[in-house]
Amino acid sequence: MPAFGSFALLLALVLAAYNLLAGALALCLLATGRPTRLSPEKLAETARRAGIAGFVAITAAAFALVWCALRDDFTVAYILHHSNRALPTAYKFAALWSGQEGSLVLWAWLLGTYGFVLRLRHRIDVNLHAYAGTILAGIQVFFLLLVNFVAPPFALTVGDIPVDGFGLNPLLQYPEMVIHPPMLYLGYVGFTIPFCFALAALMMRYPGEKWIQITRRWTMVTWIFLTVGIFLGMHWAYAVLGWGGYWGWDPVENASLMPWITGTAFLHSVMMQERRGMMKNWNVWLIFSTFLLSILGTLLTRSGIVSSVHAFAQSSIGDWFVGFLILTLVVCIFSFVRNYDHLQSEHKLESLVSRESAFLFNSLILLALCFTVLWGTLFPVLSEYVQGSKVTVGAPFYNRVAVPIGLFLLLLVGVGPLLPWRSSSLRAIRKNFLWPNAAALSVLIVVFLFIAQPWTKFADGERQYPWSDQATFYAWIGFALAAFVLTAILNEFLRGANVIRKHTGRNLLASTWLLVRRNTRRYGGYTVHVGLVLTIVGLCGSAFNQNVEKEMAVGDSINIGPYKLVSQSYTQESNDNYETEFSVIDVYRDGKKVTEMAPEKRVYIASQQPQTMVANHSTPLWDLYLVYEGKNVDTGQPIIKAFLNPLVSWIWIGLIMMVFGSLIALTPSLSSIAAAPRTAAQPEPEVAAGGKS
Amino acid sequence: MTLAFGRFCSSRLLLTALLGVALLFGMGATDPGSRFNDLGHRLMCTCGCSQVLLECNHVGCSSSTAMRAELNEAIASGANDQAVLQMFVAKYGATVLSAPSTKGFSGVAWIMPFAVLLIAILGTVLLIRRWQVKPAHATTTTTTTAAESGPDELRDRIRRETDYTGGL
Repeated sequence: MPAFGSFALLLALVLAAYNLLAGALALCLLATGRPTRLSPEKLAETARRAGIAGFVAITAAAFALVWCALRDDFTVAYILHHSNRALPTAYKFAALWSGQEGSLVLWAWLLGTYGFVLRLRHRIDVNLHAYAGTILAGIQVFFLLLVNFVAPPFALTVGDIPVDGFGLNPLLQYPEMVIHPPMLYLGYVGFTIPFCFALAALMMRYPGEKWIQITRRWTMVTWIFLTVGIFLGMHWAYAVLGWGGYWGWDPVENASLMPWITGTAFLHSVMMQERRGMMKNWNVWLIFSTFLLSILGTLLTRSGIVSSVHAFAQSSIGDWFVGFLILTLVVCIFSFVRNYDHLQSEHKLESLVSRESAFLFNSLILLALCFTVLWGTLFPVLSEYVQGSKVTVGAPFYNRVAVPIGLFLLLLVGVGPLLPWRSSSLRAIRKNFLWPNAAALSVLIVVFLFIAQPWTKFADGERQYPWSDQATFYAWIGFALAAFVLTAILNEFLRGANVIRKHTGRNLLASTWLLVRRNTRRYGGYTVHVGLVLTIVGLCGSAFNQNVEKEMAVGDSINIGPYKLVSQSYTQESNDNYETEFSVIDVYRDGKKVTEMAPEKRVYIASQQPQTMVANHSTPLWDLYLVYEGKNVDTGQPIIKAFLNPLVSWIWIGLIMMVFGSLIALTPSLSSIAAAPRTAAQPEPEVAAGGKS
Repeated sequence: MTLAFGRFCSSRLLLTALLGVALLFGMGATDPGSRFNDLGHRLMCTCGCSQVLLECNHVGCSSSTAMRAELNEAIASGANDQAVLQMFVAKYGATVLSAPSTKGFSGVAWIMPFAVLLIAILGTVLLIRRWQVKPAHATTTTTTTAAESGPDELRDRIRRETDYTGGL
């Protein structure tokens, strides 16, 4: 099987190289129009088919690697280092992306899969797809070169073959880890497609904005994958790392956030290009940046340039990525400069207070946020270069710099929908902003009067002002802005639904449903924003986290928030894969038993590495989160750390809303016929495809 | 005149509010418990776990246990926050601070994001204002393509149907 896998990889490389060379030659011949014996159309078709065949070859290679993992084939060095016989099957499958070589195969396979779909759908626009497919083949060649010559996954074990493997990294032995990396990779790799289309459209001076409509679904689906991947990573960190948080501003986390931010900016500002032919330069660079940041993220996680607790697969492969990054940047700049005149805006902004301005500022703030994350991630390297010594750029830096920018962005999320296109009158603005402002103000008044109560003195005579603690202050501002945005969105739904209700006589719920179906993109977008707001509400909750750490013998108790935790027992067990110690703890609230929790600590036999398994009791108001920290070496009693983390579940609910909203936005709207107001005599309109709005 | 006065008042109010917020943030914690919590979050554990000192959750971690004790001692000795942090930097190096200092080159880390944001916002505002001066020129020199007129028509129709001037 290793020989088969190696051959499949080599074949995939040959096919991708043919796709690139034949495709490029065909496009050159078509562009120059020079008569040749070789038909450029036929040559381009052979290139496309080579791309499809390349997908089959890379799929065979990925299958071979998974097969080796499932069959415990330790003759393959990669399997020896990332698996063992007692590893559960799902995690053996996950071994595919647990190391450098395997994750590059996954990347190449996903690239091949996306390419396969792109090449199958070439009839939508043959020329544009031929350009995009050729650019994609160039990227495929790079990754296939890596897996063939730099990090070969089927390299054989040198010397005697051990009876058992060294096992999978314990951090990866968690259910989310089976889906989190593929999701993240689907997002990273997926942005390659809109990048290829954007570069193709620029190179061929594609007329109109059709390429944006073609790539819109690609971009949205990719964005969903990346969003889900990031959130699954957060949930994994929350459940596995055992420090009570979900986001530590680690360089690897930042690497996933940066393309997400620019991808989000692209999804928004591209609407300006579709509607008004504006911001073409901006959009092209947004998608270029998104792709380049995906590659940069891969570089950061693999090169060891920045230190990270998540970098599972480090090597000197970073040099290759630096080369690829520079080459891609040069191609982008060259294409941009050469075709700059093709990107002139058809309209200009007419007012500072308009929807266009809101989109522009939204993009700017997102980019500023992205820059902050990039700056913070790379500053230790820069500092070492300039000062000769490294500095740490941790959570306190981002909390002070990125959080205010994020709150400003949240404000714009609410302001955008309240502003009309082109320009607006002061009266209209006042009317639109009335309820959102009232909601935000109400939250602040409630906080001031009933929660913060600055006139109340503590026992030590100190006063706790809402602004005494930075995190608390930002959290209150976040809640007020959340109320502002939610009211603005609710207002939008109600206003539209009421108009439909008046026209059709349906009830409010049915009218809202019809409103959403008529303009899925707009109202799907609003639903995504609701999800974002819920997530931010959840994030703001972290300002009020509490924790208690205590050694807990049987019968000992801890009080945290409204809960009383009583230790019932502690014990240890083992199986073929790991040994575990855990405590059984009863949780009481108001004297009644609420649940039983069992936080544990495992030591994996093959790798002899420890791993925390957190116990979490989640409610809409807070999470009771218990960590088994180990035993006191002197007393032999377990040490339990209990956290009370408010509003965390809203982060995951927000994700569900974001995915739901994105799916709505991907659904075609009702046709223009269906959108027309119906009279009682008219029949129910049919749902039609092509929801462009 | 009234408009100019209004603008003057609003900018003064905004400045006062910003100054107030800045002053409030400048107030540090005074009691030892709050100081321990605050300073403990401004230091990193040096065991290699890449976690903030008070968030290092390794039982028996030699680094964090000793460092917490040192922090308690330093606070009890009456040293101010800056002196405590300097003591840790002298012993463990600059990487012990969880965020760059505000002095020297490290200060650039703090300034740059806000500088970029400010320049970008000011640049955009100026650009839009410049465009606003010549709206007639801008509209006469542009040509409406078929691809662009479609969404405009659609937007007008949505506006008519929903009786609303907004929309995507």
